[in-house]
Amino acid sequence: PFVPQTHSLQDLRQQAAVAAKVFIQRDYTNGTLCQFQTKFPSELETRIDKQQFEETVRTLNNLYAEAEKLGSQSYIEGCLACLTAYTIFLCMETHYEKVLKKIAKYIQEQNDKVYAPRGLLLTDPIERGLRVIEITIFEDRSLTQ
Amino acid sequence: MKNCDYQQIDPKVVPTYASPSHIGTRGPRRVRRKWEVFPGKNRFYCGGRIMMAQQSGVLPLTLGLILVTTGLFFIFDCPFLVKHLSSCVPVIGAVLFVFVFITLLQTSFSDPGILPRATLEEAANVERQIDSSGNSSYRPPPRTKEVLINQQMVKLKYCFTCKMFRPPRTSHCSLCDNCVERFDHHCPWVGNCVGKRNYRFFYTFIVSLSFLTSFIFGCVSTHLAMSTTQQKHSFSYPHASFLWFRVMFELVICFFSVWSILGLSGFHTYLVASNMTTNEDIKGSWSGKSGDVATNPFSHRNVFVNCCSVLCAPLPPSLIDRRGILPVEEESAQMCHADIQLPANKNQRNMVGAPAHHPLCLKPHSKLKAELAAAASACLSVVKVWLSG
Repeated sequence: PFVPQTHSLQDLRQQAAVAAKVFIQRDYTNGTLCQFQTKFPSELETRIDKQQFEETVRTLNNLYAEAEKLGSQSYIEGCLACLTAYTIFLCMETHYEKVLKKIAKYIQEQNDKVYAPRGLLLTDPIERGLRVIEITIFEDRSLTQ
Repeated sequence: MKNCDYQQIDPKVVPTYASPSHIGTRGPRRVRRKWEVFPGKNRFYCGGRIMMAQQSGVLPLTLGLILVTTGLFFIFDCPFLVKHLSSCVPVIGAVLFVFVFITLLQTSFSDPGILPRATLEEAANVERQIDSSGNSSYRPPPRTKEVLINQQMVKLKYCFTCKMFRPPRTSHCSLCDNCVERFDHHCPWVGNCVGKRNYRFFYTFIVSLSFLTSFIFGCVSTHLAMSTTQQKHSFSYPHASFLWFRVMFELVICFFSVWSILGLSGFHTYLVASNMTTNEDIKGSWSGKSGDVATNPFSHRNVFVNCCSVLCAPLPPSLIDRRGILPVEEESAQMCHADIQLPANKNQRNMVGAPAHHPLCLKPHSKLKAELAAAASACLSVVKVWLSG
């Protein structure tokens, strides 16, 4: 079937052309904690399972909750930091940064295993200021060939 | 066969997206970092590691007052008090001074929690959603969104400068031209905004400053009292007038500082205990209107938990990634973005100081960016394999 090219990319030599971008917004029902909405966007219906998508977003939400968790470890870290006039932040990696590395690894793994084979690409929310999860939908060239 | 429905995109909105594999084929360019094209009104030093507001406000005055008063205390009062009172007086003074100085610099030079502006695609997406929400009145629709937070309706406003709906508790600082998360206030005394990331530094600064000023006030008064009782003829010395001048200077500064700083510390302790910001307190966001008993939906209803969540929570990362290397196509997009907006203050960037590799300035985030870039290019190669297969 003929698919009208409505985006500005006219260079057919491009192997990976962006068709659309979907933005998963933040979910503020539990306050300012970093959580994303698990609502399945309609643009992805043809590309990926709802369960798969929801599992990805839920895992990301759990990881962000772990980053911002108020537990005994964060209290101890906070008190210690205060006693050193917060100079340890210059030398040490904070708990949040450690979890961000975990999140980056998880997103890369998901992209490798699940999303890239379906022509999708997840962008790490930290590159968008933790506002959105940007999913780039690549053009399905197999249909136009 | 699957029917792929593609979302219509306005061709004028989406910039030409070059494949990242073409980075590096444009020839040698000077490596540019993201702080150089930062759209807000901030000044960056030390290769982007230090940031401040555009106007330093009265930060030099704050530093000057603290240094001069503490210096006079150490030079003139400490020797006397060590001899007549105790030798731990200068030790306590030194510890307090170090705390005050370090936390002041941290408050002034760190990122308060600035939200990076929305990318062009994000902004287009939000604009489309606002337009499609179907408001047919003759006035332009108010750009607010209501969300339910902890069973309470909170209004989120749309920021026209940053082109996004502001998260709750975020406010746009007009002096810095940035949206700041958990915006407390813009403090001219420290020359920076006080927000989510540097509130604990600010709080420690004002608490330790109130201790320092009270301590110096007490020591100077003790010195004065002891020297007048012990040496009745001390004021006949040639430098008696200087002594009086110095003592009066210290007492006056400390007296006013003690009352104002102590008052400010008390106010912020109340804010911390009830998990509120100065901005919310001034605007009366949670004080209830028209008979509604509105409470703070972010408060944990427990003073101890509130204090811990504000002061001891894990320090959030800086979202603006000022030391990150600017990708080539993003740079051109940013230039377009900046042109569409008000003219960016690129002329006012101060590139002070050679960016020598400072060991203490190492941020793991820049390593994270390099890893992410590598991962993204790896994924794109997988996509190409999928498309050709």
